[in-house]
Amino acid sequence: MSEFIQQVINGVSLGSIYALIALGYTMVYGILRFINFAHSDIFMMGAYVAYFSAPLILKITSGNLFLAGLLAMVFAMVVCSILGVTIEKLAYKPLRARPTIVVLITAIGVSFFLEYGGQLVFGPDPKPFPDLIPKTKVIDAGGVVVNSTPLVVIGTAIGLMLLLRWVVMNTKTGTAMRALSFNLQAARLMGINVNKVVSFTFVLGSSLAAAAAILYASTYPSINPLMGVFPGLKAFIAAVVGGIGNLVGAALGGLIIGVTETFVTGYISATYRDAIAFGILIIILLFRPSGLLGKFESERV
Amino acid sequence: MQSSFLNSRTYLLLAVILVSAVVAQFQSSFNAYYYQIIIYIGINVILASSLNLVNGFTGQFSLGHAGFMAVGAYTASVITSQLGATPGVLGSFIFLLALLSGGLTASFFGLLVGIPSLRLKGDYLAIVTLGFGEIIRVVIQNLEFLGGARGFTGIAKKTDFFWVFTVVAILMYVLSNLIRSTYGKGFLAVRDDEVAAEAMGINATRYKVVAFVTGAFFAGIAGGLYAHFVTYINPSQFSFVKSIEIVVMVIIGGMGHSVGVFISAVLLTVLPEALRPIAEYRMVIYSLALVVIMIARPQGLFGDSEVFTKLWRLISGRAKPKESRT
Amino acid sequence: MRLISRIFCAYLALAILLTGCAKKSNENEILIGAYLSLTGTTATFGTSSLKGIEMAVDKVNGSGGVLGKQIKLLTEDTQSKPEEAALAVTKLITRDKVRAILGEIASSRSLAAAPICQENKIPMVTPGSTNPEVTKKGDYIFRVCYIDPFQGEVIAKFAYESLGLRRVAVITDVKNDYSIGLAEFFTATFTKLGGTVVGEQAYSEGDTDFRAQLTAIKGLKPEAVVVPGYYQESALLIKQARDLNMNIPFLGGDGWDSNKLIEVGGAAMEGTFFTNHYAADDTSAIVQDFVTTYKARFNNEIPDAMAVLGYDAALILFDAMTRAGSDEPALVRDALAATVGFPGVSGTTTIDADRNARKASVIVKIQDGQFRFHAKVDPL
Repeated sequence: MSEFIQQVINGVSLGSIYALIALGYTMVYGILRFINFAHSDIFMMGAYVAYFSAPLILKITSGNLFLAGLLAMVFAMVVCSILGVTIEKLAYKPLRARPTIVVLITAIGVSFFLEYGGQLVFGPDPKPFPDLIPKTKVIDAGGVVVNSTPLVVIGTAIGLMLLLRWVVMNTKTGTAMRALSFNLQAARLMGINVNKVVSFTFVLGSSLAAAAAILYASTYPSINPLMGVFPGLKAFIAAVVGGIGNLVGAALGGLIIGVTETFVTGYISATYRDAIAFGILIIILLFRPSGLLGKFESERV
Repeated sequence: MQSSFLNSRTYLLLAVILVSAVVAQFQSSFNAYYYQIIIYIGINVILASSLNLVNGFTGQFSLGHAGFMAVGAYTASVITSQLGATPGVLGSFIFLLALLSGGLTASFFGLLVGIPSLRLKGDYLAIVTLGFGEIIRVVIQNLEFLGGARGFTGIAKKTDFFWVFTVVAILMYVLSNLIRSTYGKGFLAVRDDEVAAEAMGINATRYKVVAFVTGAFFAGIAGGLYAHFVTYINPSQFSFVKSIEIVVMVIIGGMGHSVGVFISAVLLTVLPEALRPIAEYRMVIYSLALVVIMIARPQGLFGDSEVFTKLWRLISGRAKPKESRT
Repeated sequence: MRLISRIFCAYLALAILLTGCAKKSNENEILIGAYLSLTGTTATFGTSSLKGIEMAVDKVNGSGGVLGKQIKLLTEDTQSKPEEAALAVTKLITRDKVRAILGEIASSRSLAAAPICQENKIPMVTPGSTNPEVTKKGDYIFRVCYIDPFQGEVIAKFAYESLGLRRVAVITDVKNDYSIGLAEFFTATFTKLGGTVVGEQAYSEGDTDFRAQLTAIKGLKPEAVVVPGYYQESALLIKQARDLNMNIPFLGGDGWDSNKLIEVGGAAMEGTFFTNHYAADDTSAIVQDFVTTYKARFNNEIPDAMAVLGYDAALILFDAMTRAGSDEPALVRDALAATVGFPGVSGTTTIDADRNARKASVIVKIQDGQFRFHAKVDPL
């Protein structure tokens, strides 16, 4: 039983991280209708930003891990937002009218650029991630050991997601985002500054990815330039599973993938870990292609 | 319209195969390093051209081609390992059998993957094919009798110039025949406007599946050739990164443009080797070039370029045909 | 179709043209190839062994070279991947035309490359691959270290007799032959002695999350866990185990040997043991000489076993060439097979009929963040 509880907590923690990344994918897809392959590498950059700024941050906060974690997260979110918007302006904006395949390949190109550039600049070998989140044993009874880390992950993720929901529902730009996801042309005709809203979307998505990166690196303290590849793919699958374009769906999808992955790895076999997400994807696309919470979109002629 | 089977193109094919057999006799005196590059060029041409049929001619964005290559590679390797790698005519026959089995198994998987997936559009198809490619890879990784994650060693080195060249020639022959046939028109119709094609009575799914399965078949053969050249394969060589490399060859060559894809496959095999001194920067330059090409010239280096086609006609001395479709 | 046929002619022409060129070689040099993992998940194996090999090359070149010629070392990075190992070795043999090959440390990579060396009849000397299958690939393949049946036995006996353990769990890296082999050999001896392996779990090289496997093992209440994998994953795994309140002993093999082990694992590694090929605090003269020279050259860094084995492997190769009186691969091969009593830093080395070396194993304990010599086990 204790093992079961342990696995559930691990699964929800992993799922929360996937959810945060998935939100970035789903927002961009909802508005611009393409998969931002480079999103997983913005996630990776967030981890490296934290890694390199950690010594300075720890000095500033004189070892207060709570403040250090907070500061690192905010800083990473800012840097990644800038990175995300820059990529959007340089690589995606010129291609807005082009067929999706072209944009997809460009996104793949940007992704490779960040990955291989990262290997060049940071070195391809894994680096140990420093402790930025306070670690204590919260529960230590009956064979169940629950560290604070997964709880911090889950808590932070929930907090950020609620914040996102507030932004999307209650602010002008957030509402504009929703309008754009319904009908880009109509929104433009209504006077919405599409470029600004798109940039804002990338800011939101990249910030969440950066936060996810710090949470992920605190849980699995080894970072390398290719660390975003699989979490990114799984997060995108989570977005599709939940219904692409749907924020709650992304969160739900993330949770499903995270928990399933943890349970299959723990109870069946660790070596099928990466295939599980794809298996779920195929099942969903075969039986409910619009995702669990998505609406079915028929193709306009 | 070509009606007879024994037309000039068939004779050309046979002649080409004969020539390659002759050349292959001298292959042991070739510089080993450059010989290796020639073989890789051939294999990449097969991969890129077979994917071109799916992505370029039929407009279906498949990101899982490496999965079919893996299936072909492993199937062929198991067969030559089981039946023994004897030299001589028997050995060649076994190798042929292995390659064909690899191709057929791959096309079977193509059917398996294609039928459910090809209902989906654009991005979804891309992700699903990527997913299937990964699933194939992970499954192979878990099969102990295939060596699992540690790989399959000791494969007989059967691939040589003759085999690679012959397969390239046959593939080009098949492709050019296919494109000129009713099927070819069907592929293009599906690519250009699937809904309109359906309205005209074309069963889009059937055409997509045919393209997909044919592409998978040749990818499987390429896999078999590859395995019997490098003599060691493991699942991580067939990841989606490999699939994307093949897709890039097709895109840069110009989707649907056979000649362009051929040239781009050659270029993208040779360039990494030529750029070896700056190997670290190679992938960075490569990806940057990809982005730039997509922004500046998304139809690829050779895709529907009137200038290029006109230039080519000039060189080959052919008069401009009344109706043009590559 | 004519366009396509013209492309063929071009391909054909390209083939014939490019294949004509050959490469010149320098008469005063002996070309030796080394394929090592300079980057990737086991990067320290490659960088350390390279340092050892370079020390050996410099030592030999400084005193007149081998057979009057200077040794020129050509290195290829395998990136810790077996397919790259195969490619690296092919390049070294066919393009660079080396006379002998040194490498790799990881058994999986050696296994991928050995058939190629064997087919081309180029002697290959692996400094540190311990999986028995490596030397079975052919009579041109040699190793200068012990093999895993012995290592597995050492770990098992240490666990059973010295630590008094009866119930252990084993977590294997299914992605590499070394780990799988060592796990099997350990289990065989441990169960023969009377112990029980209560549970087995698996992970893949490159994984960063072991919580699921550890949680499953924790439920079986083992007295200790054996992790016969490489340092990167082992350190992360043990760190996560401590987080899960698993404060039982952890045991490993020579794959743990790297300064990164402490860097990644930190305090979690305290009190763990692993089997190795040498210990830096061994007081014998030959070891201390090597350590001093190494530290002087490489920024006060303490050499690890891979550096030592690289050094020994290179010197044994050069010694074989001297004894053979030639750098002809076939003659060098015969001389390697006849190596007897070579005074290596990792121990006196004799190559046996299976082209393996019978050498002692050292048990290392991690204490105060350092590797400490704990015990020495001689071969039977």
